[in-house]
Amino acid sequence: MDLSSINPILLVASLMVAATPIILAAIGELIVEKSGVLNLGVEGMMIVGAICGFAIAVQTGSPFVGFVAAAFGGAVLSLLFGILTQYFLSNQVATGLGLTLFGLGLSSLMGQGYIGIRPPATPRLEIPVLSDIPVLGPVLFNHDLMVYVALGLVVATWAVLKFTRAGLILRAVGENHDAAHALGYKVVRVRLMAITFGGACAGLGGAYLSLVRVPQWTEGMTAGAGWIALAIVVFGAWRPFRVLLGAYLFGGVTVLQLNLQAAGVAIPVEYLSMSPYLITIAVLVIMSSGKAKAALSAPACLGKIFHASS
Amino acid sequence: MKRRTILAAGVAALALATGGAFADGHAKTKVGFIYVGPIGDGGWTYEHDKGRLAVEAEFGDKVETVYQENVPEGADAERAITQMALQGADIIFTTSFGYMDPTNAVAAKFPDVKFEHATGYKRETPNVSTYSARFYEGRAIQGHIAGKMTKTNKIGYIASFPIPEVIRGINSAYIHAKKVNPDVEFNIIWAYTWFDPAKEADAATALIEQGADVILQHTDSTAPQAAAQKAEGVITFGQASDMGEYAPLPRVSSIIDDWAPYYIARVGAVMDGTWESTDTWDGIGPGMVAIGEISDAVPADVKAEALAMKDALADGSYHAFTGPLNKQDGTPWLAEGETASDGDLAGMSFYVEGLTAEIPN
Repeated sequence: MDLSSINPILLVASLMVAATPIILAAIGELIVEKSGVLNLGVEGMMIVGAICGFAIAVQTGSPFVGFVAAAFGGAVLSLLFGILTQYFLSNQVATGLGLTLFGLGLSSLMGQGYIGIRPPATPRLEIPVLSDIPVLGPVLFNHDLMVYVALGLVVATWAVLKFTRAGLILRAVGENHDAAHALGYKVVRVRLMAITFGGACAGLGGAYLSLVRVPQWTEGMTAGAGWIALAIVVFGAWRPFRVLLGAYLFGGVTVLQLNLQAAGVAIPVEYLSMSPYLITIAVLVIMSSGKAKAALSAPACLGKIFHASS
Repeated sequence: MKRRTILAAGVAALALATGGAFADGHAKTKVGFIYVGPIGDGGWTYEHDKGRLAVEAEFGDKVETVYQENVPEGADAERAITQMALQGADIIFTTSFGYMDPTNAVAAKFPDVKFEHATGYKRETPNVSTYSARFYEGRAIQGHIAGKMTKTNKIGYIASFPIPEVIRGINSAYIHAKKVNPDVEFNIIWAYTWFDPAKEADAATALIEQGADVILQHTDSTAPQAAAQKAEGVITFGQASDMGEYAPLPRVSSIIDDWAPYYIARVGAVMDGTWESTDTWDGIGPGMVAIGEISDAVPADVKAEALAMKDALADGSYHAFTGPLNKQDGTPWLAEGETASDGDLAGMSFYVEGLTAEIPN
């Protein structure tokens, strides 16, 4: 066993990179679920974002434009879900699953001409002074912009939900849509906006995979990251900072187990890979009892269909 | 009643249209393929699909091919294979190790359908064949180049599942790296997946961060190549497919699987009724394993040695597992000059002496 070959600074830095796509997708889904909508199509929106971002970045040569396009692509796809569930009142679980399947198929169709192409490099921010600080510098101040965007989004989401009127309305819609409707809030409009935001975030997360973390386009490249994001929202009990923690935990376990293996540590890899899912299952079990559910603050109207006539 | 008449008329018209010459009910030989990843993986599945397209090009109108991508190994595979058999496939190629038991289970239920399982060893019914390529021959060449070119003496290896095929590859690469560079060390990561670009990229990054400057992969996507490209001074080898878009650096050479001749021969055998259950295991010599062009990043003398080894492997004058070789625990395996038997290789479940890691269960 030789742990000295693991560089903790590089480990934490790659942990932050590994967690970024999940943070982005999860924070978007958190907003969606806070508004009372369960969108299981995260995986589909992520992969469509991944190919939209990749294709546009390759065409324009600018990763920034690529990320914008990814957010747009994810948002458009999520609007499809929004229209089906909010206007045509389709079942959210079935529609969300359908969206994932549709997204996977659509992305491989769109990606036909982009296999084996190299995307333009996303520059790392070399913040003068700050990135030269020992230890903290490489860990915190030597990443690409999207890592900070993701962290900023978490803080912004927390602040908006906690301190602003918009956050209050969003939560009201998610907790009791009939009451919110009676107060004169446009439930459907609020939810559509939340869904679009969720789609845009998932798209960004997907593009982070195809433009920075891997970086290339391969069919099916999200390989379940969207489902992990969904699990993390539950794991984090719909609180932004807990979601962040959950994402680092997932990202951390993935990166840590690979590093331990590379260092030749004989650990049962299967158990380590399994652990985040086991925790999620445990949380879901606790949540299924009514009292604990309230304690975990699941939005009361999560997954329920709203129609103004009822 | 009326509807039935129309249907009957339709069937008659269809029979006329197809010439009605085929008494067994269908006009074309239907060939099915079960893939473990997407066609666009740029590696393993991509090459199998090239084989499928070669079958279409060879037989034209006489064949119809169908395929299913991203079929998980395990219980779901049985459903996918069964469905393909029910759709009237005459021969089905199942192209991943994990389809071994499902393939045999379905084969027992469809005695008239021929099944071809890649990289496995079970042929429980007379309608099952197995086929594989001697990838370890290519690994020997990779090990030689890797041992010569590494500066840190650390070679990273991204493995998929602890099955004989993968372990064989690790041993073969290690033996030949060690031969030219006694200080060489192998760091092995088990990814427990054939295809997960993000995980493969993370694994490559972890290995590079720990000092490896050569990355060998036994997973299907090109993600490790992309990850190595981001780091400087790291070399890689294309796996299953040429991955030439990453040449000349980081990709310095590759192992290419060429399934097309085999697929054409087997489909042809089904057509003329000469198909029999066989066990095929071909290497560089017959052309099932090809070595991708060795790029200019490799010094000329190393390249010449690698090509000489390739020729020796091809004509059989050299075997990748030639004694003296000991097992990891020090017990003798092959005596001086002795070569490994196919039986030993097919079930290989041990590391050779010198590798420090343990094989996970």
